[in-house]
Amino acid sequence: MNAERPNAAWEKVKLARHPKRPTALALIARLFPDFIELHGDRAFGDDPAVIGGIASFDGRPVTVIAQEKGTNTDDKIHRNFGMPHPEGYRKALRLMLQAERFHRPIVTIIDTPGAYPGIGAEERGQASAIATNLREMMSIKTPVVVIVLGEGGSGGALGIGVGDRVAMFENATYSILSPEGFAAILYKDAEQAPAAASLMKLTAADLFTLHVVDEVMPEGPGLHEDPSTGFVAVQGYLSRALVALSCLPVDRLLSERYIKFRAIGAIVDGENGRSTDENQN
Amino acid sequence: MPDSLNERKERIAKFKKTILNKDDSARSVDIPEGLFVKCEACGNAVYQRVLDQNDGICPNCGYHFKIGARRRIALIVDPGTFFERDAGIASVNPLGMPDYDEKLLAGAKASGMPEAFLSGTAKIAGRPVAIGVLDSAFMMGSMGSAVGEKVTRLIEAATVQRLPLILFSASGGARMQEGILSLMQMAKTSGALSRFRDAGLLYISVLTNPTTGGVAASFASLGDINIAEKSSLIGFAGPRVIKQTIRQELPEGFQTEQFQLKHGAVDLVASRKEMRVLIARLLQFHPEVRA
Repeated sequence: MNAERPNAAWEKVKLARHPKRPTALALIARLFPDFIELHGDRAFGDDPAVIGGIASFDGRPVTVIAQEKGTNTDDKIHRNFGMPHPEGYRKALRLMLQAERFHRPIVTIIDTPGAYPGIGAEERGQASAIATNLREMMSIKTPVVVIVLGEGGSGGALGIGVGDRVAMFENATYSILSPEGFAAILYKDAEQAPAAASLMKLTAADLFTLHVVDEVMPEGPGLHEDPSTGFVAVQGYLSRALVALSCLPVDRLLSERYIKFRAIGAIVDGENGRSTDENQN
Repeated sequence: MPDSLNERKERIAKFKKTILNKDDSARSVDIPEGLFVKCEACGNAVYQRVLDQNDGICPNCGYHFKIGARRRIALIVDPGTFFERDAGIASVNPLGMPDYDEKLLAGAKASGMPEAFLSGTAKIAGRPVAIGVLDSAFMMGSMGSAVGEKVTRLIEAATVQRLPLILFSASGGARMQEGILSLMQMAKTSGALSRFRDAGLLYISVLTNPTTGGVAASFASLGDINIAEKSSLIGFAGPRVIKQTIRQELPEGFQTEQFQLKHGAVDLVASRKEMRVLIARLLQFHPEVRA
């Protein structure tokens, strides 16, 4: 395969990372104009790569959790390019449990290259912080809607990504690792990232087909050109999703959330003599 | 015993080589024809037979070689009590990834298992348990849909049967060949543990060499009690990735089991020799929960 040749998946990767693509703060400003940010994990610190707080949406309170990459060089450095440390995941969990206590739905916004791979992050338990969020988000007794805004980078994205509904913008990506990382392993050459991207099934359309996301939100000309189409789409989607989820009794909400993730995967079960695609349950 | 820098370097080099799938000597414990094997920690030549009799622990320096899942089961459970479950579950190649089918075949050959995870019910010191073991000889113990499904079914069965759960992890993380489907197994297995916990049951997670990536960042870190086995690399990101990101040398002893103990990620560190008795004692503190 030729790394120089453009392909549809790689185009999406570039758009998802586009310098003019709105970051989470821009989306929050549009969807939640009365947002009040709340800081800190109450244990170690406040991770600027993760934003959390309270706002109203359609006239009722919601908790918003987002990964923020930053908008200019200083801000990007301050935000660690949207790569959270453990305290970011722990802040997110603290605010989600707060939302549960006050019966507020939770909206999370994913936009990260991944959880930060650094010494401090390892010392403070990056693996444990993400794992704990996965377990707790599966049982949190309030609706959770996940929006993939730009890059959905691996476990770092999933750490705020377990919910009742997962919606992705048309040009967003969500993958097990970066195309560069994938290419470095598969081809022993990170320069082959475009070729890797085309194999990885990381576009919104791919993930919709694989039942990993429930909705693909159109962007019109692309969020980087003009965000108005996409922002109208996400507003409408969120409105519908929250109405639908708020009608469900909590036990049904939780069992449907469990089944949603329980069903993802493709296996062969030789004992039962059946081969399954996704949704084997 | 403290790690010397050389030991550490050799271990990282070993880990890298194994990840790149270039090195089969991780299985050296189980190769019958090899008379000697070189200890990757102290560099001494060890009689294969002596190593086998010593549970895969170097008699010179105490380094714990990797061992396979069946061997692990034999070291932990009461003889003749293990009943395998979900043995027919295997991987497909859902994304049509090049070379994945060959890698699955090679993994099966190297490990003697159809997938990287062996699970079932057994007794430990007479106590019924649900037990599962990842085998690093099968594609680095990576978690794809089949491993995720087997882990989840074991957790669900333990929940229904009110059994304590014991999982031994040895994994490079989520299996990249199944892309996003592998990533979602992290949510699936962790979600099953949330129900297991709500049922009031005990989960002991044993992190062995290596436990990293998506397995570390899901079920392996979620034990009520986390035990790290000696000679284990444990962490979220691999040392190579961290080094590339921060562009500096990693501190001595980084991501070892002692590092994880010091930083509070695991409850205790145990040698392979004491693991069975330790688990049996921990089980004794947790009375049986009637179904």
